[in-house]
Amino acid sequence: MRIGVVTFPGSLDDRDAQRAIRLAGAEPVALWHGEHDLHGVDALVLPGGFSYGDYLRAGAIASLSPIMAEVIDAANGGMPVLGICNGFQMLTEAHLLEGGLIRNEAGRFICRDQQLRIENSTSDWTNGFAVNAEITIPLKNGEGSFMASAETLARLEGEGRIVARYLGNPNGSLNDIAGVSNARGNVVGLMPHPEHAVEAGFGPDTAEAMASGVDGLTFFTSVIARALVAA
Amino acid sequence: MSTIVVEIMPKAELLDPQGKAVARALGRLGQTQFSAVRVGKRFEITVDGPADAAALAAAAELADTVLSNSVIEDVVGIHVAPASTDATAAAVN
Repeated sequence: MRIGVVTFPGSLDDRDAQRAIRLAGAEPVALWHGEHDLHGVDALVLPGGFSYGDYLRAGAIASLSPIMAEVIDAANGGMPVLGICNGFQMLTEAHLLEGGLIRNEAGRFICRDQQLRIENSTSDWTNGFAVNAEITIPLKNGEGSFMASAETLARLEGEGRIVARYLGNPNGSLNDIAGVSNARGNVVGLMPHPEHAVEAGFGPDTAEAMASGVDGLTFFTSVIARALVAA
Repeated sequence: MSTIVVEIMPKAELLDPQGKAVARALGRLGQTQFSAVRVGKRFEITVDGPADAAALAAAAELADTVLSNSVIEDVVGIHVAPASTDATAAAVN
């Protein structure tokens, strides 16, 4: 399986995402925002960072990049797409996901290992998790507070599209929402960073050992497993 | 050339952490008569030619689709800057 990672001007975690894909057992493919070409990949990751310096709104200018035309077509056609942090912001700006992200409630940039509960174990990116699995992966953003209208929130909740919820709300996100999916479950956006918790020695601390947390790996193995089932 | 001004504010019902931080700073300066601050954005768009109805309509479309995100923001004003008090003149005065 080949999974593309799109690099935008100001992306920071593109190489981390490529590494996570490789550790999960797929082939990472570097894609460039200025091209109109997905190079035949089977899935896509929009990585974290500060594309265009968060000018206008976080993710807004990147969502208008040339490659986003192909990303939107592919997502609407069912291709798995994961947006992490700035990538999540891009997916909301591109209208592939509902809701929006605003500045954290306390006005501060937050960088910490964050506990989450995985509430949707059927999406293309979370099917490898047990129902209500509790995991810990890094969170690092200044504008991660999830907002949506009451109607949108009710629909997301009713349709089981809250992918992950914070255990201990760090930023004022409505309903403790850390990640959501589209109706089909192929497009997922997540503010915390699974790609930073994929290799023992370089992840969050666990009760067993320092830096041994690899809870993020399951997002990437999930999409690979889903592709194998489909094949 | 003329200038179209677009003004955008965070939705009233959403928290504006930036405005709250500014308001707290004003309080520390002793400006206790100001109880709240909300921070928005003003865009000055230069038009080649007159800011006619078509240009205003195009700007309004962009204000709704690109300059603002209707999930978190409202477009609160679109108008043509008066020629004598456009942005440059205002800055000089």
